[in-house]
Order: sequence, then structure tokens, then C-alpha cells
Amino acid sequence: MNGLQDLRIGATEGGPRRDGDGLAAAATRDAKLDERVALRRYLALGVPALALWVALYGQLEPWANGLTYGLLGMAKGDSLARAVAFFLYDGPKVLLLLTLVVFGVGVLRSFFTAARARRLLAGRREAFGNVLAALLGIVTPFCSCSAVPLFVGFVTAGVPLGVTFSFLVSAPMVNEVALVLLYGLMGWKVAGLYLVTGLVVAMVSGWVIGRLKMEGHLEEWVRLIHAGQDLPEEELTWAGRLRAGWTAVREIVGRTWPWVLAGIAVGAGIHGYVPEGFMASIMGRDAWWSVPAAVALGIPMYSNAAGIIPVVHALLEKGAALGTVLAFMMAVIALSLPEMIILRKVLKPRLLATFAGVVGLGILLVGYLFNFIL
Amino acid sequence: MEIKVLGPGCPKCHETEKLVREVVAEKGVDARVVKVSDFQEIARMGVFSTPAVAVDGVVKCVGKVPAKAEIAAWING
Repeated sequence: MNGLQDLRIGATEGGPRRDGDGLAAAATRDAKLDERVALRRYLALGVPALALWVALYGQLEPWANGLTYGLLGMAKGDSLARAVAFFLYDGPKVLLLLTLVVFGVGVLRSFFTAARARRLLAGRREAFGNVLAALLGIVTPFCSCSAVPLFVGFVTAGVPLGVTFSFLVSAPMVNEVALVLLYGLMGWKVAGLYLVTGLVVAMVSGWVIGRLKMEGHLEEWVRLIHAGQDLPEEELTWAGRLRAGWTAVREIVGRTWPWVLAGIAVGAGIHGYVPEGFMASIMGRDAWWSVPAAVALGIPMYSNAAGIIPVVHALLEKGAALGTVLAFMMAVIALSLPEMIILRKVLKPRLLATFAGVVGLGILLVGYLFNFIL
Repeated sequence: MEIKVLGPGCPKCHETEKLVREVVAEKGVDARVVKVSDFQEIARMGVFSTPAVAVDGVVKCVGKVPAKAEIAAWING
């Protein structure tokens, strides 16, 4: 490289070209400086913001109780007071958690792209491929309307069909908003169970679909497409990654907060007014049909995690069985009718039905398992 | 110049199309903005994460809503 530059200096047009190189170098230097300034600004804002977050989070309970029973002067034990205290405590708590986790996931996701997932999964053997795909499904950014292009991209890159399905199941099901809500409202055990069983359903159902050898049930055009070229990817700086985290907060929290609050309000109402054990008879452990009923009810329902989980929390609190509730939640989030309609563009009916059937069966088993052991 | 916005029609795709049209109008360049929602065409361009933007057939960004400054840079070449 140095030799080449020396040659250029000697050449007649060496002068202006060196100037051009100098300008380009100055531009990169400026860009690097800008990034460093941006990074410093993010840190200068981020550290106090984090301290404020911790301080607020620690004060939630006294604050909610003080507001309900002190400022509003409500009587302890009153139904309305219980509902209000629940809302005032859980609302800010979940929003705070959501902001922090979505920021973290946004930064993490800047390391993964759909193209990188595709490269990582191309030519993987099944079994290990299913495990890897389910894990990548958690961290790879991907919106549900990208399901078809992503599916085509994976299949044309030689990712086995079953491995592709593991990704497609895990991506919506194990979602950061769902996990935060579960943790915030029901504790780490339920959140952890959901994470682990969600991954297992994704891995196993993908593996089963792979065993069924249904490659012939893709729509013709998918096989005819040659989507070969890998597009160049931009390398992000740390300032860029922090910016991605902040963008995720603005997008996801900005979009879901009304749902979260609406869901928590419904949860608060049930918390205050529905009698203890009310749900036990219909969604309890003894009603064997409650799990399939929950799955059948959940599939055509389309709700994001933010809307459904607070409601589910309240059901659980009033005596519904954990397995039934988990199965309901998984069916709502992982198997939605709109997504099936989109996927119909690439899958022939038989493969689509197999996909819904295998995933539905997995969810059913999770439901029964938890009702049985807990 | 032809700018294609690729996406089936989710809020993010609409947002991207809106931003591209805004930048084109602000810069006053002679560019045709086309929305592509056909999955076959999207896949044929090698895009498997939407929204995506292609300028004169060259894919510039995939899987995110681009910033206005980015769009302006593509248009300037």
C-alpha cells in the first residue's frame, strides 16, 4: 500500500490525487470523531438515566401505596383500592422494566441481522441446526411481516426446512416484551419456564417438521428463485449500537405502552373484583379439557404479548392453572391467523396445516406437563 | 432515478416510503418512488428482511427504517 502511494506521488497527476486521498482521510477522521463525541454523549446521558431508573424502581411500592391510601384516601381492603394500588404499582414497574430490557435487546440485536442468521444456519445439520435456529430466533430482529421474505431467504440459502421452522416459531414466541411482562407480573420462575419451554417447542416442532420431509409442499416459485447474492453489511460503531438501543425503545415502548397499560388496567380490575378461586373451575388443573380449549381459543386470537399477559396474570392469580395459562399464551403469540395467511404465500396447505398442527401439539403438551407437575 | 421501497405493507414499510418521498421532495430530485409489495419480486432482489430500499436496482438498506440523512446520502450518490 505504501509502495503504491509512493508511485502515485511520482506520477504527474500525483498532486491532485493525493489531495483527494487527503480529503477522504479527513472525512473518515471527522466521522470517527463524530462517533466518539456521540458515544461520549450517550454515556453522559445514559449513566445518570440508569441511576434515576434504579432510584425510581426502588420507590415504586411505597409510592403506589402512599398515593392510593394516603393521597386518594382509599380504605384498605376495599375492592377499588386494591385495583388502584395494583395499577399504580404494576403500570410504572412494567414500563420501567420494558424500557431497560428493550434498550438492552436493541443493543444486542445490532450484532445480529437476518443475513447473518441466514449465513450461520446455511448447510447446518438438523438437530444442532434446530437448537441454533431457536436461539437465533430470540436475538435476530425480524418483524412478522418479514416472515415470507425471510423464509425464502433461508430456504434458498440451503437452510433445512425444519431448521427454518424452528426459527419461525421461536422468533415471535420468545419475545422480550413477553418475557419482561412475565417477569414483572409473575416472577422469574414463570418467565424462565416460558423461555425454556418456548425454546423447546420451537426446537422440537422444527425437528419434527424436518423429519416429515415436506420440501415438496413449498409453492413452486420459492424453488425457482435464486436469491443468492449477499448484500454488503454495514459495520456498526458502539455509538451506532447504543443508538440502535434507543431507537428500539422509541419504537417498541412507544408503540406498546397503551396496550401494556390497558392490559394492566384489566388485570387490576380482575385483581380487585373477581373472587379468589373463581377461575379454578373453568381454567383449573382438574378440568382436563381446559388445555385444548385454551389452545383452540388462542390460535385465532391475535394480540401482542403486551395486551395478553396482564390479563393472563390476573387469570392465574384467581386460580387458573399455570399450564393452561401458558398454553393459552403460547397459542396466542406463536400461532396467529394473520401470520398463517401470510405464510400461505410460500407453503402449500398441507405443510401449513402440519406446521400449525405440530406447534399446536407441542403447546398442548407443555400445558399438560405443567398442570401435571406443578 | 428509480427508488424502490420493498415491503409487504406493515407500519414500518409505510414509514420508510413516507420518509423516502419526503427526502425526494425536499431535495427536488427527479426520482420515481415505487412501492414493491410482491413477495416474489422482493425475494428476487435478494432481500429477506423488510422494509428495504433499493436505488436504481442497488439495495441500500434492509430490515430497518432508514434515517432521513441516510436516504439523502443515497440520492446524492
